Amino acid sequence: MPTISVKIDGTTYRDDVEARLLFVHYLRDRLGLTGTNIGCDTSNCGACTVLVDGHSAKSCTMLAVQADGCEVQTIEGLARGWAGASEPEGGQQDGWHPLQTAFHTEHGLQCGYCTPGMIMASVDLLADNPDPSEDEIRHGLEGNLCRCTGYHNIVKAVHAAATQMKAGA
Amino acid sequence: MTDVAEPARTSSIGQPLHRKEDARLVTGQTRWTDNLSAPGTLHMAVLRSPMAHAKIVNTDTSPALEQPGVIAAFTGTDLADELGTLPCAWPVTDDMVHPDHPPLATDEVRYVGDGVAVVVGRDRYAVADALEHIVVDYDPLPAVVDMERALTDEVLVHSDKGTNTAFVWPFSAGDIDDAFGSADVVVERRFIQQRLIPTAIEPRAVLVEPVAAAGEYTVYSATQVPHILRLMLALTTGISEAKLRVVAPDVGGGFGSKLNVYAEEVIALVLAKRLGRPIKWTESRSEGYQATIHGRDQIQDIAIAADRDGRIRGLKVDLKADMGAYLQLVTPGVPILGAFMFPAIYKMDAYDFRCTGVFTTKTPTDAYRGAGRPEATYAIERIMDELAAELGTDPMELRKRNWIRHEDFPFETIAGLTYDSGNYEAATERAMELFGWDDQRREQAERRDRGDHVQLGIGISTYTEMCGLAPSRVLGSLSYGAGGWEAASVRVTPTGKVEVVTGTSPHGQGHVTAWSQIAADALGVSFDDVEVLHGDTKIAPSGMDTYGSRSLVVGGIAVHKAAERVVEKAKRFAAHLLEASEEDIEFSDGRFTVRGSPEAATTIQDVALAVFAAHDYPEELEPDLSSNYVLDPENFSFPHGTHLCAVEVDTETGRATIRRYVCVDDVGKVINPQIVEGQVHGGVAQGIAQALYEEAVYDDDGNLTTGTLVDYYVPGAPDLPAFTTDRTETPATSNPLGVKGVGEAGTIASTPAVINAIIDAVRHLGVNDIRMPASPERVWRALREARPAHTQDDVSGLGEEAGGTSADGLTGDARQRGPSERGGQQ
Repeated sequence: MPTISVKIDGTTYRDDVEARLLFVHYLRDRLGLTGTNIGCDTSNCGACTVLVDGHSAKSCTMLAVQADGCEVQTIEGLARGWAGASEPEGGQQDGWHPLQTAFHTEHGLQCGYCTPGMIMASVDLLADNPDPSEDEIRHGLEGNLCRCTGYHNIVKAVHAAATQMKAGA
Repeated sequence: MTDVAEPARTSSIGQPLHRKEDARLVTGQTRWTDNLSAPGTLHMAVLRSPMAHAKIVNTDTSPALEQPGVIAAFTGTDLADELGTLPCAWPVTDDMVHPDHPPLATDEVRYVGDGVAVVVGRDRYAVADALEHIVVDYDPLPAVVDMERALTDEVLVHSDKGTNTAFVWPFSAGDIDDAFGSADVVVERRFIQQRLIPTAIEPRAVLVEPVAAAGEYTVYSATQVPHILRLMLALTTGISEAKLRVVAPDVGGGFGSKLNVYAEEVIALVLAKRLGRPIKWTESRSEGYQATIHGRDQIQDIAIAADRDGRIRGLKVDLKADMGAYLQLVTPGVPILGAFMFPAIYKMDAYDFRCTGVFTTKTPTDAYRGAGRPEATYAIERIMDELAAELGTDPMELRKRNWIRHEDFPFETIAGLTYDSGNYEAATERAMELFGWDDQRREQAERRDRGDHVQLGIGISTYTEMCGLAPSRVLGSLSYGAGGWEAASVRVTPTGKVEVVTGTSPHGQGHVTAWSQIAADALGVSFDDVEVLHGDTKIAPSGMDTYGSRSLVVGGIAVHKAAERVVEKAKRFAAHLLEASEEDIEFSDGRFTVRGSPEAATTIQDVALAVFAAHDYPEELEPDLSSNYVLDPENFSFPHGTHLCAVEVDTETGRATIRRYVCVDDVGKVINPQIVEGQVHGGVAQGIAQALYEEAVYDDDGNLTTGTLVDYYVPGAPDLPAFTTDRTETPATSNPLGVKGVGEAGTIASTPAVINAIIDAVRHLGVNDIRMPASPERVWRALREARPAHTQDDVSGLGEEAGGTSADGLTGDARQRGPSERGGQQ
C-alpha cells in the first residue's frame, strides 16, 4: 500500500492508502474532514472542491496518492488561514475569509451543500482575477453546481468579497 | 405606554436579517447524513437491475460473501417478509390500481435501477466491489416507455393487474359542451412536460443506529419528512413510534425528491434490526438518478374556447401522467394538485379535466418543486398566448380581459378554490415597468423589420399557485392519507431565552431564521435570543414536515400562535406579580404593564424566571409557560405574480438566450425579504432549467440515457441570467401574518415565461410550439420545419420544407387565421 504525506489545513498527515482511494474519501472517511462534500460521481458538481497547492481541484477526481507531498486547504481551514480583518457582525465570524462572510451577508447559500466547494473555487477565482466582472465570475464558477440559489446571490457574494479583499489588501 | 429608558424593540418581521443557519454551513461544520457514523457501522450497497423489465430467475449472493470485508448479502426474497411494501399515501380514486412495491424486487424487476439484492460490509469500497460478484439470471420482458403505448396494455408493467392505467380522475364544472359549442374560437394544443430529475445537490443517504437489545432504532436520513418517515417505518416494520427516532440532520436540498419513503430507508432499518449493527448507505449521483424519484412527465392535451372579444368560455384538459413503474408516497396525487390550477387566474364558464395515471417501466415519478402546479401553469399560460395569436390580440391584453380583478376577491374559481386575495393588476403593472415593456416591444419590432437573424421575443407568465398544504378536510376529500396541519411549541427558558420547536423540516429554506423572527416579535424578545429546534422526532415529536410551500403558511403560523399562547399564560403570572387584575395587563415589546400605572412593569423574561422558581404564583395555575399549537389551515394560500422574460433567438443557430428576466411576486406579507428573494431566484432557475436545459431521456429499451450529471444538463452559473425581482404585497386573509408562501412560486412561473418568449420571437416565422427543453437544435428544427418555402431566402441556412406547424388543432374561424397568413416579415 502506498504511503502518502500531505499537509491539510496546516497539519501534516502520513498514511498508508489504497492506491485507488479517492482523495475526497481520504479527507472524509480517513481523516474525518467532512467539511468537503461529495455531490456527484462524474466531476460535474464541484461540491468537493479544495485547494491543492493553491489551485482549486475537485477532490473526487484525484486519488489520495496524487496528493502526496501537496499542501491542501479545505473549507475547514479557510477561516483559520485568512489573515485579513475580521467581520464585526456578532463576533461569530471572527477570522472568516471575506468569501465566507460575503456568502453569509449576500445570502449566497440556502441548503449549503455546494457552499464549501463554491467558496473554495471562488478563492481560486479571485486569486487569478481579483476584480472579476459578473460574466467572469459566472464562467469562473461553471464547474460548481448549485441547485438552490440560481447563482444570483453567489455572483453577488463573490463580487462583494472581491471588493472587500481589494480594500483590505 | 413606552418606557423612555428602554427604546421600543424594532420589529423583526420584514427585516432582511442574515441567516442563523449560515455559520456552520460556510465553515464546513456540518452534519450531513453521510458525515455521520457510529461505532461498528457497516456500509450497504444495493445491486440494481440493468434491465427495465425482466423476470428474476435466480439470484446467487454466495460469491459476494467470499469477498474481503463483506459481512452479509441478501436477495429481495431473503428479506421479503420483513421489508413489506413501500407506502403510497394518496390513493386518488377508490379503484386505483395499487401494485405492491417491494423495497427489493423478488420475482420481477420493472425499471432500470430497481433493487434486487444488498451487500453489507466494512467499507464502502468493499461493498461496491462485492456487488459485482452477485449473479442474477434475468429472463427479459418487453419494456414500455411511452405512455400512449402503455395505455394499449400490449405490454403490462404489472401483469397481475391486467392494465397499465393506474386511475382515471375526472373533474367538471359548468356546462362544457355549451361553452365549446357556442364559442367563436377554439384552440387546441398538445404540450409535453418532459421528465425531470430533481438533483438535490446532496445525494440521499441513510444511517440506522440500533440499540438491538432494547429494540430501539435511530434513523438518520437525508429526508424532508422525518415525521412521515417515522410513521411509515412504524407501519411497515411494526416498531412502535416511541422506539423509532428519525433525524433529518443537515439536509442538502430536496425539491420534493426527499419527500418520500424510500426502499433504502426500509432496507437499512431491517438490516440494522437483523444484524444488530449500524447500517449506512449513501447513493452515488448516478445511482440516485435511477433510484430517486423523477418529476413531471405528462402529456397535456388542452383546449380553450373563447368569444371573439377574447372572453374565455371554457377549458378542457386531458392529462396523461407517467407514474413510472410503482406508486411512491404521493405519486398519483401530483397531477391532481395540478387539476385545480389549470384555470389559474382566469374567469371562465366551464372547465373539464381528466387525468389518467399510467404505469411505464421507468423510475417512479413523484413531487418535484411545484408538483402538478408548474405543469398546469405551463399549459394555461402557453395556450393563452396561442389564443391571443389566433385572435390577433396582444397576449397581455388577453390576460387582462380575463383575469380576476382585484376588487373581485375573495373569488371562487371554476375549479372550486376560493382565492382569498390578490392584485394581478398591480404585480403586472410593476413588472411591465421594471421590464421596460414598451422599449422591448419597440426593439422587437425593429429587429423584425430589418430581418435581424437574432430575433427578440417577450414572454409572459401571470401565474398563481395554491400553497400552504393544506386544510386537512380538503386533503380528506381528495383521499390523501393524512392531514395538513403543523405543530409548534414555544418555551421561555429560566434564563430568558426562547426555544421554538417546529414540525417543519428545513433543508435550505431558512426556517431557523424566519421562525426566530416570528417568535421574537410575538414575544417581544431579541431575534438572537430565539433558538429553533427541528428535524428530530425526539425533539419535535409532532409534525408534517416541509413540502408544498407549506412551512411558513402552516408551520410558521403555528409558531406565531404558540408564542401568543405563551404570552396569554404569562399575562396571568404577570398580573399576580404586579398585583393587578389580568384584564388590566397590557403586553407590548416583551413588557407587561398595568393599564393606568405605567411604572408597574415586568418583562416576559422575568415572568419566565418567576414561573421557573415557582415560589409565588396563583394557586389555580400550573407553573409553566410552554405552549403548543397545532395549526390546521382554513384555506390554501394563493401567491401570484407576473414574470416577464425577454429572449434573443438566433435564427441561424437556434440558440435562445435570456436577455432580461423580471419577476414581481405577491407572496403576501414577508418575514424575511432576503430569504424570499433567494427562494424566488432558485425557483426561477429551476423553471428556466426545464424550459431550456433539462430532460430525462429513456431509450426504447427503458435505459435512462441521461443517467449521470454529464448527460443530464443541470445549468451552471454561465447558463442563467441575473434576475430582476420585486414584490407587490396583498396580505393573505387566511392567516394572522398575511403570508402566502414562496418556495415553489419561481419554478411555477418561469417555465412558460421562457417558452412564450421563444415562441414570440419566432411566431412570425411560422413556429407556434417548441418542445422543452428548447435546445438550439429543437429551435433550429422548428424554424426549419415551419418556414414557408417562399420566405426561405430571408433566413440564411434554414431548410426547404414549407408549411406551418399550427394548422392542426384549429377549429371554426380560427382556421382562417392560419400561420401561413401571419408568416413572413411583418
